[in-house]
Amino acid sequence: MDLSTNYLGLQLKNPIVPSAGPVSQEVASVKRLEDAGAAAVVLYSLFEEQIEAEALELLHYTTHYNESYAEATNYFPQDIEYKAGPEEYLNLIRKCKEQCEIPIIASLNGSSTGGWIKYAKKIEEAGADALELNIYLLPTDFNRSGQQIEQVYIDVVKEVKRAVNMKVAVKLSPFFSSFAWMADQLDRAGADGLVLFNRFYQPDIDLDTLDVVPNVLLSTPMAMRLPLRWVGILYGRLNCDLAATSGIYSEKDVIKMIMAGAKITQMLSSIIKFGPNHISDVLTKMRFWMEANEYASVEMMRGSMSYINVADPSKFERANYMKVISSVKL
Amino acid sequence: MQRKKVTIDGNEAAAYVAFRTNEVIAIYPITPSSNMGEWCDQWASEHKKNIWGMTPSVSELQSEGGASGSVHGALQTGALTTTFTASQGLLLMIPNMYKIAGELTSTVFHVSARSLAAQALSIFGDHSDVMSTRSTGFAMLSSNSVQEVMDFALISQAATLESRIPFIHFFDGFRTSHEVMKIEELTDDDIRSMITDEMVISHRNRALTPDKPFIRGTAQNPDVYFQGRETVNTFYNVCPSIVQAQMDKFAALTGRQYKLFDYYGAPDAERIVILMGSGAEAVEETVEYLASKGEKVGMIKVRLYRPFSIKDLMDAFPKTTKTITVLDRTKEPGAPGDPLYLDVMNAITEQFIAGELPFAFPKITGGRYGLSSKEFTPAQVKAIYDEMLKEKPKNHFTIGIIEDVTHSSLEYDPAFSVEAPETFKGKFYGLGADGTVGANKNSIKIIGEGTDFFAQGYFVYDSKKSGSMTTSHLRFGPKKIRSTYLITGANFVACHQQVFLETTDMLKDAAEGSSFLLNTQVPQAEVWDSLPEKVQRDLIEKKMKLYIIDAYKVATETGMGGRINSVMQTCFFAISKILPKEQAIDMIKIAIKKTYGSKGESIVKMNWDAVDKTLENLHEVEIPASVTSTEQLRGAVPSHAPEFVRDVTAMMIAGHGDMIPVSKMPVDGTYPSGTTKWEKRNIALEVPVWDADVCIQCNKCVLVCPHATIRAKVFDREFTENTPGTFKFTPYKGKEYGEGMQYSLQVAVEDCTGCGICVDICPAKNKRETRLKAINMVTQLPIRDQERENWDYFLTIPDVDRRKLKITNVKDSQFLEPLFEFSGACSGCGETPYVKLVSQLYGDRSIIANATGCSSIYGGNLPTTPWSMNKDGRGPAWSNSLFEDNAEFGLGFRLALDKHLVQAKEILMRLVPQIGERFVYDLVNADQSDEAGIYEQRLRVEELKTKLNEILPGANGQTSDVKQLISLADYLVKKSVWIIGGDGWAYDIGYGGLDHVMASGKNVNILVLDTEVYSNTGGQCSKSTPRAAVAKFAAGGKPQAKKDLGLMAINYGNVYVAKVAMGANDAHTVRAFVEAEAYDGPSLIIAYSHCIAHGIDMSTGMKNQKAAVDSGHWQLYRYHPDLAKEGKNPFKLDSKGMKIPFRDYAYMETRYKMLTKSSPEDAERLMQEAQQDVIDKWKIYENLAAATGENQATN
Repeated sequence: MDLSTNYLGLQLKNPIVPSAGPVSQEVASVKRLEDAGAAAVVLYSLFEEQIEAEALELLHYTTHYNESYAEATNYFPQDIEYKAGPEEYLNLIRKCKEQCEIPIIASLNGSSTGGWIKYAKKIEEAGADALELNIYLLPTDFNRSGQQIEQVYIDVVKEVKRAVNMKVAVKLSPFFSSFAWMADQLDRAGADGLVLFNRFYQPDIDLDTLDVVPNVLLSTPMAMRLPLRWVGILYGRLNCDLAATSGIYSEKDVIKMIMAGAKITQMLSSIIKFGPNHISDVLTKMRFWMEANEYASVEMMRGSMSYINVADPSKFERANYMKVISSVKL
Repeated sequence: MQRKKVTIDGNEAAAYVAFRTNEVIAIYPITPSSNMGEWCDQWASEHKKNIWGMTPSVSELQSEGGASGSVHGALQTGALTTTFTASQGLLLMIPNMYKIAGELTSTVFHVSARSLAAQALSIFGDHSDVMSTRSTGFAMLSSNSVQEVMDFALISQAATLESRIPFIHFFDGFRTSHEVMKIEELTDDDIRSMITDEMVISHRNRALTPDKPFIRGTAQNPDVYFQGRETVNTFYNVCPSIVQAQMDKFAALTGRQYKLFDYYGAPDAERIVILMGSGAEAVEETVEYLASKGEKVGMIKVRLYRPFSIKDLMDAFPKTTKTITVLDRTKEPGAPGDPLYLDVMNAITEQFIAGELPFAFPKITGGRYGLSSKEFTPAQVKAIYDEMLKEKPKNHFTIGIIEDVTHSSLEYDPAFSVEAPETFKGKFYGLGADGTVGANKNSIKIIGEGTDFFAQGYFVYDSKKSGSMTTSHLRFGPKKIRSTYLITGANFVACHQQVFLETTDMLKDAAEGSSFLLNTQVPQAEVWDSLPEKVQRDLIEKKMKLYIIDAYKVATETGMGGRINSVMQTCFFAISKILPKEQAIDMIKIAIKKTYGSKGESIVKMNWDAVDKTLENLHEVEIPASVTSTEQLRGAVPSHAPEFVRDVTAMMIAGHGDMIPVSKMPVDGTYPSGTTKWEKRNIALEVPVWDADVCIQCNKCVLVCPHATIRAKVFDREFTENTPGTFKFTPYKGKEYGEGMQYSLQVAVEDCTGCGICVDICPAKNKRETRLKAINMVTQLPIRDQERENWDYFLTIPDVDRRKLKITNVKDSQFLEPLFEFSGACSGCGETPYVKLVSQLYGDRSIIANATGCSSIYGGNLPTTPWSMNKDGRGPAWSNSLFEDNAEFGLGFRLALDKHLVQAKEILMRLVPQIGERFVYDLVNADQSDEAGIYEQRLRVEELKTKLNEILPGANGQTSDVKQLISLADYLVKKSVWIIGGDGWAYDIGYGGLDHVMASGKNVNILVLDTEVYSNTGGQCSKSTPRAAVAKFAAGGKPQAKKDLGLMAINYGNVYVAKVAMGANDAHTVRAFVEAEAYDGPSLIIAYSHCIAHGIDMSTGMKNQKAAVDSGHWQLYRYHPDLAKEGKNPFKLDSKGMKIPFRDYAYMETRYKMLTKSSPEDAERLMQEAQQDVIDKWKIYENLAAATGENQATN
């Protein structure tokens, strides 16, 4: 039984890769994921904005009252060397590379063109095997067109690809008016992989305090339908690899995604919910299923149920939606 | 040899040598010496080495007494050991100093000389402290400048090792300790050349060691003590020549030759001034000028003051000497003269008697100058030399003040100046938080280290901790700078905050043809008209140039927020042209990289961007020919303020305190209460306004307001009839005060600091716009006038009758008038709400002992006093004794009050026939447990006094009793003693006394404002600092757990103990205060006080308090000994367990979080240990709470 796959030029022992999130913040956690069978790990995202905000915050609070009062020209030990940049993250990459056998994929969220390039380079220097760009721009600016926003994504990919030699994937949200066009543009810009799809914090309202509160809900298996569709549509029509994420819980979810065309599937919610050993459970069950259904390898099933390989590709498209509605019995 | 030029202050210069020449350093923070210890701690944490390749051990003790004890111990065990201190700290070291000197032990104490607390505390510089140690046997070497501090630190170290006499090496606090000066840095080789191995080994060979045992520190009897004391004479006799030899050796190394007494001036001088310290620089500068004009003047700088070498002094005098004036920077009331004067007088007289005086017996006078860093200028020096020309020059004079009581002061012409015209002088006005001083320190370094110019910087700070103004005085030039006084005749004046123009005569010290740089958000075309009349007039008359920049715009555009330092610094270089533009910008950027490099690349880039954007935003404004403004400087106090406030306080507020004559000053340090209300500081850009429709009338905003600027009142409808038009009120939501009552919440916008903590605590949200609450911040200026009128009206509305209030309830407690208002504490201070609560609950009958620290500064630093009084003239009586003795000081209050009460009762008994048995019974047995009881007793006491005055004329044999009782009668009303201080006092320096007072069983209330760090002196670690928190002397995170003061007090069994956090549970806080006061015995309240030294957003400090409690770090509890007597468990755990992990609370605060950025692994380890501390402690408290009353009572 050959579960191996190739993603971003990396030979992976199976198609299950924990996605960027809280399960990969420490080297010990990454090690646990590896021990549970993960083929690679995408580390949690390095947020340029957060690094810069933290540096500014640290400076502010350690110096804000300096030189204001004769008795105390400052309130904290001065001239301490802070690792205020991405060092903590880069150290995590280094340590993971030292202590783990599996490939380590870093994840980056930049906030400036310079930042994307600078941090991508540092990540490469730290030894990451590949980089996932976690680009998200909530289009809340009334003065910015969709095209302008799309161009930012394309430019970031081009700039980062120009700056580094490692493979670069892009994690995307589905909120583009023409997703296929967008995927094609990113492919042309040099993306080595597309990761479908990113999930965002969704605000909620606390009725007791009348506050808007960030609300993080784990994805449910239903969430996989959206990436399933787009992996299926894009498979075989782009040069880059496809990775599926969101709502992947069971071996069947993994298999479906591969059949739609994914090179790997990224899990997070299910690992948070069931723990790292969920990966080995899924792998075991996957092997049973493949054996029972006579699939010798993951390669054999990849894309078999994609848009280009199914009998009726229109089922991936809008008409399909109409049919579903009409089939509902009232 | 080419040595490095560095631009540093005196403290760093001393620490530089001390660190390199010692093995053990034991210190305790005290202004202005704290920085020396901090430098050493920092260098130790960076593993820097002394000249023997070892990192000295730096230890913070619990007091200066403790530090000197450890110094003594380390010295006796053979280590080269030093300490740094000042003022009261030095006094606490005196007992050990006698021992160290008596045992002929080599050490140098580096002292930044400071005033002693007498009629008042002062942190500033004079020689009162070091003069108090004259008899200890320490040698005393005085440095006059930053260069000399570095040089003499080394010379004294060498001399002490060679002579075995311990040394005080001292220099003037602030003027030298904090003056930044370009100096030549000594190399390690220089230091090694002066400190030989033989010296060190000899010192070590005298150490106590069991391998060669002996005893030292015996007790001696009348037979031998005297002789023993005389054994040291030869050591003192040779000490001056040893010091001179070391000075000569040093001169051979560096080219800087010093003498024990250095003479400067005309070779044929007839008038000689003698002094020591930084003032000598100003005298030398003046002598140089006067001598160049042909005047026969000279001066002697005293370097080695003890042992005092008469021979060397005499060698320094020119043979032409006719008149000598000796200047002392200290005062010894009652002495025949101040110490240096007496020493010189004695020297001259002894020489005369011996027939060895090389000139005729001169006229000798003494004068006093410069106490508490009072300015000492060439103008004053000139007046002194002029006085010496008189037939009978004034003796025992003062200079620099107007002493119009005994008329000791000399008059002088302030316009006289001797400064070199080629010296560039810049004066900068900044806001504490805008980085002005930091940027100026950088500018001095840039010029000092980038050019051949001499450079000097001195910085003056405000007496308030919030909204404070800083003034930077910078000098640069080709000529050596000896001007140890503030700048006048400035070539460049910069105002970094336009609001200062409202209150400060900004250009009074600007020279003709100078430049004025103004940071303003006013458009260029409107700037001229926005300037006050005086500024416009100065600009025109002094033919000045005006430059403007909107630094906040540049800072905002480059991500710098409110930090305008780099922008203003760039402007300064661009306008002053001290350096070529390109070079200046390059050097500014290098300095930025050096300053911020360790804080993150993005910070450096932001600053660089700001520099690049500055020049395009800097504009010169053409100055019109005539004045267009009529705006005058705002008056310091209103015309209806009391006379003292108008005549004295207002002068201080306006910055003219130097002009207050002695006759106007209180003779014994007594000042009127309640004067902050006259100082309308208007420092808040935004202030809260009340929305009556949204308000739920909970009064939480009133409770948490650190400055008592939000007040609530409930009042009758009649007070709504003639209100100002914008005065707001609404029907009161309760019925307890009757039907139809009205409620108003009013803000004193001119006193508010704009911290916003009220908005954060407000629980009521506007249902239509949830961003709004019942209290919201708005821009102050547009509402200033209307709210001033509303505030004045609000104050005319009577307060609710105290007898009707349930003071255990938060809401009711906040209808009590605060008698602590508008303090100079930091904006958003976490301590003052507790202090204010005491003033509300018990202010009208409380007497407060306040430990030195933040609370004594915002509570008692002139010019104004927040401790106030009510309409009956009653209010807290407040005093500060010292840092270390506050508990004992407060106990003294209690003992006196109790004695007064006993005496009053005894006399009452004797006067029963005259006063009436029933009345005496009521007076003696009055129930004063609540406000009604207090009220009734006050009425009785008034009646008693009336009766006593009636019977006094016919009292005959009992006249004395009647008179005595009239003076004691008020003590029949219960008085409440409060002992207040911070954790530095309670946990460390004052713990011994605190412990004793708690054990005494006396009825005192101790309030510990626990910020878990030394706040006032700048964030040094205390025993209250929790594990994992970063503080000075714990830069790697404190490795030990916080001391549990509460548990220690509980162990006594008879102490009421409460641990409170207002932000977590305000009802609990109020209840604890009431229970503590009611308990007839010692009470201890430990109050969590958020602080700027935590590195937090002060507007949400109450959230930090809540998180501290939710994490279990700060347990809320009350231990009430009376419950045990009732067979109940006296301990109540009032918080609800560990609801959040400790790290979730801790990482809200920079003091913890910064360690994750500097040392992540240590941070994680300490965080886990700190979490375990919380768990362990919680178990202890749970067990206490679970114990039955019977067990507790038995225990």
